Amino acid sequence: MAVQNKKLNLKDKYQYLTRDMGWEPTYQKKKDIFPDEDFEGIKITDWSQWEDPFRLTMDSYWKYQAEKEKKLYAIFDAFAQNNGHQNISDARYVNALKLFLSGVSPLEHAAFQGYAKTGRQFSGTGARVACQMQAIDELRHSQTQQHAMSHYNKHFNGLHDAAHMHDRVWFLSVPKSFFDDARTAGPFEFLTAISFSFEYVLTNLLFVPFMSGAAYNGDMATVTFGFSAQSDEARHMTLGLEVIKFILEQHEDNVPIVQRWIDKWFWRGFRLLSLVSMMMDYMLPNKVMSWSEAWEVYYEQNGGALFKDLERYGIRPPKYQEVANDAKHHLSHQLWTTFYQYSQATNFHTWIPEKEEMDWMSEKYPDTFDKYYRPRYEHLAKEAAAGRRFYNNTLPQLCQVCQVPTLFTEMGAPTKLSHRQLKYEGERYHFCSEACCEIFEHEPEKYIQAWLPVHQIYQGNCEGADVETVVQKYYHINIGEDNFEYLGSPDHKRWLSIKGLKPADEKKDAA
Amino acid sequence: MSQLVFIVFQDNDDSRYLAEAVMDDNPHAEMQHQPAMIRIQAEKRLVMNRETMEEKLGRDWDVQEMLINVISIGGNVDEDDDHFILEWK
Repeated sequence: MAVQNKKLNLKDKYQYLTRDMGWEPTYQKKKDIFPDEDFEGIKITDWSQWEDPFRLTMDSYWKYQAEKEKKLYAIFDAFAQNNGHQNISDARYVNALKLFLSGVSPLEHAAFQGYAKTGRQFSGTGARVACQMQAIDELRHSQTQQHAMSHYNKHFNGLHDAAHMHDRVWFLSVPKSFFDDARTAGPFEFLTAISFSFEYVLTNLLFVPFMSGAAYNGDMATVTFGFSAQSDEARHMTLGLEVIKFILEQHEDNVPIVQRWIDKWFWRGFRLLSLVSMMMDYMLPNKVMSWSEAWEVYYEQNGGALFKDLERYGIRPPKYQEVANDAKHHLSHQLWTTFYQYSQATNFHTWIPEKEEMDWMSEKYPDTFDKYYRPRYEHLAKEAAAGRRFYNNTLPQLCQVCQVPTLFTEMGAPTKLSHRQLKYEGERYHFCSEACCEIFEHEPEKYIQAWLPVHQIYQGNCEGADVETVVQKYYHINIGEDNFEYLGSPDHKRWLSIKGLKPADEKKDAA
Repeated sequence: MSQLVFIVFQDNDDSRYLAEAVMDDNPHAEMQHQPAMIRIQAEKRLVMNRETMEEKLGRDWDVQEMLINVISIGGNVDEDDDHFILEWK
């Protein structure tokens, strides 16, 4: 049956949407309408070359997004109605969600604001439409994540005030400052930072293996929002790659500027994802894939293919990629041993990995775990058994750029602390690495303004000078409920009682 | 150096047909099952054809329907009404 198809094809539809909604202004100067388009030095000669390979138009966008939302909320409802939290592998897992809700979900909201603002800055219609859709996607992610985790908030501690904590808690300044850095850059740097370096090169590490891990730990709600969000990411990632190719094809002068941004934002993203390394290796009781395996697949393999493709534009892989590749053997262990010591000031619990978990790590990290990290856990376990569960009462030295405590070691020297410092206009600044130091040196006026949580505490800007006041009053972390060791915590007791292993004993809550 | 393109689907009823169609159209591809997801990777190029999908499903299928079930991709995208291609050139 031959029916004449009068519908426009994808290419035509997209053409109408993006080309015919743009026009040359006549009674205002273009420069006044798009004032931020050229201060970064990026030269665009022809915006019509912008291609969105998905060619998504608004009608299809609403149709598919609505369908995703319906599926997602049906699952949230089923999860809540059936007390899905009782079917997770172990309550230790919920601590990954606490970190996610306070560390990642607010970034989705920051991304929404970032794309809404950045889209406004481009005179090219294709870029404006892509940014607008992505802004709406990011808002959806922020909302669905909060909805998914609101069920856990009814049953576990530490999830009650994520947005407030994101703005204040020491380690949450790592994700917060990452996005603030990107959002305060120019529009092209923002796209290179978030669309390309973060979305295309790095987010797979968070949303693919970690979410698969959520499924493997029985968390139907999280895997569903994770994959639903990630279905938008497939579009965002494609945008990220197109953005880079578009900028590079427009003018050869753009190449060195973009290369510097790639170097910077790969490193900033890598430092941010160190939190994910620990979520994967330590906070998923049922383990799917180690951080080092995920790094190999999603960075070394995929990133390798990507940067090989970009060679023809004169782009090389990120400058400090070798350091990041080497760090895959150490990252999660160095992070977790640090958080273990500072659990008095976090909205989640920490613990010493169980014997089977340590054996898994020996297997996954044959060259490093038994040699450098297992002995630390054995020592800490001995201390804890003797009634001296270790908490470090010295506030850590933070890196001026990534804001992670200076806890990492030098490449190829896993017992040597990596630390750099320099003086700028009479003040001394500290860094976790050569890469962060170099980022500072290029834009010192930006990074001297960094809001470093430890400095702020010492300067008296956090409602008190002692840890207890800061944690309780300034962070809104409930002492004895949200923080400290997992074993013996109210969450732990609640879990035992859910599983019928031991009745909850309200009088003996750990503190 | 090998240059792999990849696509990851949620492991659900739609995706089983999608994955089957991709494997039929790309004999050089490799399929991996991980919790809740199906990952397909291939050297240089993966093609998804509307025609193959419509045969599998026994109904009309819009290439963009894929957006509902896809989790992640790697490679340059080329999409039109009849196919979805991922490739490194």
